[in-house]
Amino acid sequence: MTTVQEREAIASQFAEKMNEDELLNCMRCGFCLPHCPTYIESGLKESHSPRGRIALMKAVTDGVIEPDEDVERSLSLCLGCRACEPVCPSGVKYGHLLEEARDIIHQNKEHSFPVKTIRKAVFSGLFPHQERMQNMTSLLGFYQRSGLQYIARKTGVLSILPDNLATMEKVLPKVPKRSEMKNRPTELPAMGTLLKKVAFFSGCLMDTMFLETNKATLKLLQLAGCEIVIPKSQACCGALHGHSGEKDGAKQLAKRNIEAFEADRVDYIITNAGGCGAFLIDYDHLLQDEPEWHERAIAFKNKLKDISEILVDLRFHEKTRLKLPAQTITFQDSCHLRNVMNTSIAPRILLQAIEGIDFREMKDADRCCGSAGIYNIVESEMSMKILDTKMEHTKSTQADVVVTANPGCLLQMQLGIERENLGECTKAVHIADLLMKAVAL
Amino acid sequence: MITKQVKQLLLSIVGAENYDDSKVECLVYSYDATPGYQAMPDAVIKPGCTAEVSEIVKVCNEHNIPIVPRGSGTNLSGGTCPTEGGLVLLFTRMNALLEIDEENLTATVQPGLITLDLISAVEPKGLFYPPDPSSMKISTIGGNINENSGGLRGLKYGVTRDYVIGLEVVLPNGDIIHTGGKLAKDVAGYDLTKLMVGSEGTLGIVTEAILKLIPMPETTKTMLALYQDLDAAAQSVAKIISNKIIPVTLEFLDRPTLVVVEDFAKIGLPTNVEAVLLIEQDGPLEVVERDMKRMADICLEEKAVSVEIAETESDAAALKTARRTALSALARLKPTTILEDATVPRSEIAKMVRAINEIASKHDVNICTFGHAGDGNLHPTCITDARDHEEMERVELAFADIFAAAIDLGGTITGEHGVGAMKAPYLEWKLKKEGVAAMRSIKQAFDPNNIMNPGKVFAKESRKRVVVTS
Repeated sequence: MTTVQEREAIASQFAEKMNEDELLNCMRCGFCLPHCPTYIESGLKESHSPRGRIALMKAVTDGVIEPDEDVERSLSLCLGCRACEPVCPSGVKYGHLLEEARDIIHQNKEHSFPVKTIRKAVFSGLFPHQERMQNMTSLLGFYQRSGLQYIARKTGVLSILPDNLATMEKVLPKVPKRSEMKNRPTELPAMGTLLKKVAFFSGCLMDTMFLETNKATLKLLQLAGCEIVIPKSQACCGALHGHSGEKDGAKQLAKRNIEAFEADRVDYIITNAGGCGAFLIDYDHLLQDEPEWHERAIAFKNKLKDISEILVDLRFHEKTRLKLPAQTITFQDSCHLRNVMNTSIAPRILLQAIEGIDFREMKDADRCCGSAGIYNIVESEMSMKILDTKMEHTKSTQADVVVTANPGCLLQMQLGIERENLGECTKAVHIADLLMKAVAL
Repeated sequence: MITKQVKQLLLSIVGAENYDDSKVECLVYSYDATPGYQAMPDAVIKPGCTAEVSEIVKVCNEHNIPIVPRGSGTNLSGGTCPTEGGLVLLFTRMNALLEIDEENLTATVQPGLITLDLISAVEPKGLFYPPDPSSMKISTIGGNINENSGGLRGLKYGVTRDYVIGLEVVLPNGDIIHTGGKLAKDVAGYDLTKLMVGSEGTLGIVTEAILKLIPMPETTKTMLALYQDLDAAAQSVAKIISNKIIPVTLEFLDRPTLVVVEDFAKIGLPTNVEAVLLIEQDGPLEVVERDMKRMADICLEEKAVSVEIAETESDAAALKTARRTALSALARLKPTTILEDATVPRSEIAKMVRAINEIASKHDVNICTFGHAGDGNLHPTCITDARDHEEMERVELAFADIFAAAIDLGGTITGEHGVGAMKAPYLEWKLKKEGVAAMRSIKQAFDPNNIMNPGKVFAKESRKRVVVTS
């Protein structure tokens, strides 16, 4: 519940902070509607469409309606997949509007005690500190390796969790040992001819829970002719903060990263997680009100590239023989990689270059899988609806492997596979892991 | 105003999950795609079948509650904006494609069906539904019927009206009537089917439609003719038609429109020319090739700087898709885009283009022009900012002049977007007092309590037309 005071504060900050030009830029043509997953899954409710949400933000800004629970509901049910942006002929920057609106609401709302505690623990206590991320992941590793997981599953204690959380527990990857997470290299030489010098953005989850994928990514970069530096002082990208209305926390992290990556002269900064990449590439927007940082953020974003883009640029797939045993493969776009980083062709070029595979495009591969950061936990019902549709399309391709380009999507697709009991015949993998396998053969 | 008692009646018809009067739900149905129009309805209702629509209408008729039927809200004349409040009626639950009859070449649909979904469903069966408004990916058939929507293929194939052969309509008293049918001929009484098409929701509620389909043309070819002179492009249009060639599509885009469309679509549109014509022909291969060659020659004779034929189907599709984004893409220039669709006889298109440019400079406003040149239907679009009141006044004066110029050339104030709320004050300019009176008496006969989309088509006051005699 929001109190009257909270609503008043939110309304006045909307009037003060929301970008009026951007709100007016939406001319309500509705070209975004058929691309919005929540509009479709909600049974075509305008309040769950980008056009409707922009109208609501504008109405609050203009004082036409109060920011009541329904307004908040409409904004919180948005996945933030930004599929509406590339299809918007007027070029409305919906993602920026949404982030600002969410930030205003969260800053002016007194959360209940448990929510406040969890938010504080996650946003201030955990994600900004890579060491703590390692500890947390180690704890999960202990759970998996000690036999606790076995016992937990056998005894049925997990059934006290909501259904999809219990399934999620099953699909978490086998995590690396703490020693492995601690001893990460800071530079790696190119293999073969040196073509480019790059810096690698490790990502907090990618460098703990998905360490294997990071290792594969680095190896691919080396093989493609990249000398790599991995700045030690880098931090979490801040996406989780930004998308949850913790803009200040996100700014802190952005500054730390810009500094960390300025130290070495590199041609590119490489990411292997669409979600991180999209947030990093928006640093200039995040820091637009801080002139001394804005320029540096632009320099930073101009160097940013996804792993698949650089591999295609360096013609890795033409120079290296990629081969796998006969299998059918499909690709699920990472929304942020596609809609914000503008990368959708490169991963497909790489996959189709692998000998032995049958690549089948699934219907609506560009539509969100429903993962969206922590959306699948906090908006579980809508997320599972979206996932069910996604799994229908996945199944029609009869794919053995679903390839993704972002950890959130990877977990969600695994969750989908588990929910459909397809675990025997279908797997979800990160593109870097699959490519590494194709090289090794 | 919807009283508690009326609300109860409506709830008992559709159930609580299909009725909403929360602020948020009312707000998101308070607008359509027309700039400057926004008004809150009292509630939003989603009937599931014709019988429910009829029940709802009876309640509204008895209690004098306005009803605004709404498809996807892509209307460009304020037609779906609930300017007098009341009930917004949605068809999101009535969106089925009921039947494709391959023997009679018809499709039977519910009003909420998306236009493109119909087109895509009939094409694999070798059938063709030509009306293709630019919003076809979002617009509904019900909306198209109520607005008599046109589209890019209108020149050769006509508009929505030419494909509607039967309707189920709920009249304002709740009666359910069936007009027309799967019939090639039918003169049993007045043609109520055609009367309903384009009636903008002011006479009744369409709840089902029988649409005519035609065989899919064998081949299609698309080309772009580039011009450094607006006049030359407009002359080419007139000359193609007078040479008795009727292409499917003959679209005009001026340079500012090309620049913004290319900025969005990035398909390599020329942005260093003053205008292009997008031309498409379909039919048997030899006919298409002959027509394309003749049209290319005419364009070059009329000083086109070059003519380019799209090499692949996907290139051709990209050109048409890009053209469909023109209006929205113009919003890249300034936040408010006000467009009109004044239409003139095709022979007058060059004069109209010139008149638009003169009017723009007379009132010092920025007008970009694109549109269905082959139909004589242009979309002069004013790029402005609603917050600049002084400029908005000049914009309004400019549009009044454009309407007047169109009428003087034997044209009309709207070719396909409808009168709605926006052009209601100008309707009399086109129809004269007697014409409006005739229409009013039809409205009165169907809807004596004025509950159906009130405030649209008929203005409370007509605008005075200032005629300057020199």
